[in-house]
Amino acid sequence: MVYPELPHDVNSPTHPVSAMDYMPVGPLRALQLHRLQWTVKYAYDRVPLFRKRCEERGVRPEHIRTLADIKLLPFSKKTDLRDEYPMGLRAAPMDEIVRFHCSSGTTGKPICVPNTINDIAVWQNGAMRCLAMGGVRAGDVLQVSYGYGLFTGGLGLHYGGEGLGCAVLPTSGGNTERQVMLMRDLGVTVIACTPSYFLRIMDEARKQGVDFRRDTKLRHGFFGAEPWTNEMRDTIERETGIVAHDIYGLTEIAGPGVAGDCKYRAGLHIWEDHFYPEIIDPETLEPLPDGEVGELVFTTISRCGTPMIRYRTRDLTRLHTEVCPCGRTMRVMDRISARSDDMLIIHGVNVFPGQIEAGLLRVPEVAPHYQIVLESTDTLDRFEIKVEVTPDAFSDDIRHLEDLRKRVLDAVKSIIGLTPKITLVEPNTLPRSEGKIKRVVDNRKKN
Amino acid sequence: MTIKQISIFLENRPGHLAETCRTLAEARVNIITLSLADTREFGIVRMIVDDWEKARDVLAAKGRVVNVRDVVAVTVPDRPGGMAEILSALDAAQVNVEYSYAFAFHHGEKAVLVFRFEDNAKALTALSAAGIDVLAFPDIISEAR
Repeated sequence: MVYPELPHDVNSPTHPVSAMDYMPVGPLRALQLHRLQWTVKYAYDRVPLFRKRCEERGVRPEHIRTLADIKLLPFSKKTDLRDEYPMGLRAAPMDEIVRFHCSSGTTGKPICVPNTINDIAVWQNGAMRCLAMGGVRAGDVLQVSYGYGLFTGGLGLHYGGEGLGCAVLPTSGGNTERQVMLMRDLGVTVIACTPSYFLRIMDEARKQGVDFRRDTKLRHGFFGAEPWTNEMRDTIERETGIVAHDIYGLTEIAGPGVAGDCKYRAGLHIWEDHFYPEIIDPETLEPLPDGEVGELVFTTISRCGTPMIRYRTRDLTRLHTEVCPCGRTMRVMDRISARSDDMLIIHGVNVFPGQIEAGLLRVPEVAPHYQIVLESTDTLDRFEIKVEVTPDAFSDDIRHLEDLRKRVLDAVKSIIGLTPKITLVEPNTLPRSEGKIKRVVDNRKKN
Repeated sequence: MTIKQISIFLENRPGHLAETCRTLAEARVNIITLSLADTREFGIVRMIVDDWEKARDVLAAKGRVVNVRDVVAVTVPDRPGGMAEILSALDAAQVNVEYSYAFAFHHGEKAVLVFRFEDNAKALTALSAAGIDVLAFPDIISEAR
């Protein structure tokens, strides 16, 4: 399912691959219902766990007559993939499987997702549409600095880039010195990686005296696979002059390319012709209307290898009710800067690392590198934020630094309502990532 | 006539100052005088060294944050009231002193202090009008030997 860009399409206002993005809502809903009905029947016949859960609820595939009937179906969760490891949720016969992806999660057994050739094509289509929506075209040079392998990041963007006709540079993560050299020497115009790894690349470029604006052709960055904030996006764009795009995906559903942002940046368009979204109340599990914030749930309606029905992502967001000015009919969700898994409870208050990041980056002298440290004490838990200061911000004056510390504290406090200990540290002393970064060190004793 | 001072950000952890001094020692940079300013959370060490450019470069290469400032080396009569005279002259000209620390050597009969002023030009005019000597960098190097 590769859509060619014909010679006369170059510089056309929309890429041919984007045609589906603008599908009228009526036919789109009809297509979704058709695909949903097919998927439910397919999974009911082939996935014992799904069938068992349907039977417990007295639901049969023919009960799905409208899209709203999806609420009759049982949910699935990450633990299902773990419990059914390695291949209990596989629906396609083994000889149709062409690739596995695995995700370690945080603890214990990994999850394993078998894909058919069709699944790979659907995923590639999603990644291509994200890249095309951001303005990437045939002729661009795409450096894929996501890890290649069991993780979906590398191969996902690789296939997306090749599908569009980009020259793909599969650097994978690591060897940052060489990443910067190749970026400059090969005239890379687009990069894809985690936002934290791009910060590491920015450090390395600075060290080598490479100025993104002067010495490279980089224009776009596609960042995902970890939550990041608008403030982080502003920092990246200000320092490098590139346009930083958000790309969303998850191994359980496909990989990067499930959703992405358009130039209006109101949120991320979900490719709902393949990945049907719902928002539910995480407590009552009831579906919420568009516009309300809740847990994001996906049903894969084009997938054969491992169909996922009502998969609870644990990501919190909302679906917009207003139509995006770009004209795409695919619904928009808010950027995901908070995953419910990442929520910290500090001194009894719910805190998301993204809130802290947003506060920190409002202070211009603060570098986008920080670490949140939590430790048990006899009384109140110790809550410390270590943050790097930029070399330019350093002064020989204690008052100036104390003032900076105070401003950082105020910025964080105004968002989370707690008073952490703010520790200013030297540049390049906090851990850097070559993939997904760990910004929270929680050493508290668990009860 | 100003001289260059380097200041280095210190995280509040053991061995951090020692590490800084070791880096300078390895580059054979001599510390002529230094002053430490600290809070509970972090510190700043300010130094006059015999080669500030080299000191800055070797520290920066180690990833340290280094700041370079112009300060003034003022000679002060080493007797009761000596410091008061200097400060009165500065006060009369409405010059603000941000901080000050001393050199270990004497210049003739006089002590020598490092001053960081809010406005160096204004301070130098006031000092010269009051007949107070300030030292140039070569003077400091020769006194330090």
